[in-house]
Amino acid sequence: MNKPINQKAWFLVLPVLICVAFSAIVPLMTVVNYSVQDIISPERRVFVGTEWFASVMRDSELHEALLRQMGFSLAVLAVEIPLGIALALSMPAAGWKASATLVIVALSLLIPWNVVGTIWQIYGRADIGLMGFLIQKMGIEYSYTGNATHAWITVLVMDVWHWTPLVALLCYAGLRSIPDAYYQAARIDGASRFAVFRYIQLPKMRGVLMIAVLLRFMDSFMIYTEPFVLTGGGPGNATTFLSQFLTQKAVGQFDLGPAAAFSLIYFLIILLLCFVLYNWMQRVGTQEPEVEK
Amino acid sequence: MNDKRFHKRSIFLLAYILFALLPIYWMVNMSFKTNNEILSSFSFFPQHFTWANYHRIFTDPSWYSGYINSLIYVGINTVISLTVALPAAYAFSRYSFLGDKHVFFWLLTNRMTPPAVFLLPFFQLYSSVGLMDTHLGVALAHLLFNVPLAVWILEGFMSGIPREIDETAYIDGYSFPRFFITIFLPLIKAGVGVAAFFCFMFSWVELLLARTLTSVNAKPIVATMTRTVSASGMDWATLAAAGVLTIVPGAIVIWFVRHYIAKGFAMGRV
Repeated sequence: MNKPINQKAWFLVLPVLICVAFSAIVPLMTVVNYSVQDIISPERRVFVGTEWFASVMRDSELHEALLRQMGFSLAVLAVEIPLGIALALSMPAAGWKASATLVIVALSLLIPWNVVGTIWQIYGRADIGLMGFLIQKMGIEYSYTGNATHAWITVLVMDVWHWTPLVALLCYAGLRSIPDAYYQAARIDGASRFAVFRYIQLPKMRGVLMIAVLLRFMDSFMIYTEPFVLTGGGPGNATTFLSQFLTQKAVGQFDLGPAAAFSLIYFLIILLLCFVLYNWMQRVGTQEPEVEK
Repeated sequence: MNDKRFHKRSIFLLAYILFALLPIYWMVNMSFKTNNEILSSFSFFPQHFTWANYHRIFTDPSWYSGYINSLIYVGINTVISLTVALPAAYAFSRYSFLGDKHVFFWLLTNRMTPPAVFLLPFFQLYSSVGLMDTHLGVALAHLLFNVPLAVWILEGFMSGIPREIDETAYIDGYSFPRFFITIFLPLIKAGVGVAAFFCFMFSWVELLLARTLTSVNAKPIVATMTRTVSASGMDWATLAAAGVLTIVPGAIVIWFVRHYIAKGFAMGRV
């Protein structure tokens, strides 16, 4: 944490700032602009202040969608992060097997999201889909369109299938950049497999793991296409997550003002949660080595 | 003892691979069937094997040009993302400067905007600067979420490299660009490989922005695919075939970067 101070480093960051700010600032400010106006027609706009924010905050449907979203995102993290780490640890380190598993593991990431939803729509059907067929064979009356619990679990399993590779690839690359000398030292010390994981691999994966947790958290918090295609948010509201709720508001009811206010609140919620998560993970990571010494 | 553990790991890995491949197998299976067969009966293999779905995609310009358009803008995007992210990630990992932590976190916040409402301003912005329906336009728009990702991933890997390496190189008389390219880059190969693959992947599958910013000339394959949903019902078979084909370019990319990812630090010269 004692990096040399060098203001000239700004020049290295400048290209990034220009690239990102080009697409970031104008749209964000436009949405802020929408959120404080009642847009009756493109020519007639009325300034309404924070009225939309207040009405969105009081919306009880939104609270439900938010709770559902939190539950889903936490479930995603609880399953995908340990599974991804386990997968990265069990993938071969070199040779043709490593290449083959890398490619196989990455495949699900490359399918466009609308196709993911569509394929699972068929895959989960008991009459013509493999997964539905197999579950039915086990004697479970499975239907992701009729049963809310089944629908929720199906969306979760689909997300696990789709995104665990992201965690696994990041961790795998993190593991591969640990110098052999570390393992040799551990072998000489007679460290157990768990000790190697706990004191060598986990700390070295901290950086990539932090990215994986944040990415999975924010992306699952904004999940839209896959559940929309798979279940359409149903049955009932069981899989209507926050993003779909927003789209219903923005597109369905065509209320740009409230939808913009909703977007900003949504954005701030993600921002706040990520900020908390980020700071917490940074503390967890930097305190431990001192304890060990 | 060691053997037994190896065994357990292999079983876990095989189980995961099975879990990962079954839905993909089902997609491949569907892509060789007719719509009628997909919807009427359950079968592990196509009963009336057909190439017609692939044939349709390869002979219809509105289908295959989608792949070409996507490849062009994804390629531009990946190259720009890595080029600008590498020096920035180095700056974040090696120096502290005014506002560094804030800027670093701010970058990531650009991935947190729920797209639904942001599409309209994006459309207006890109129309006003004349980038609508161009490959460059989509590539630039995708920088919004790919550059922060690349900076974060690369910073993570760079911070794992001891700073003594930089200092030794400077003492040995290396200039910054020469040190960066010949010594530093090989050390973070794994990070560059992963970052390149993720930039490719996120830009490749992004639908909403790409569809909003294009109409004909730069229409990406993901947008073309939405055509399979029509009033006369879903064209499952064509969608499955198109889905299989969308995996191919990415699989090739990961095949090329696999050595960077798999070998990482251990093979780099220190």
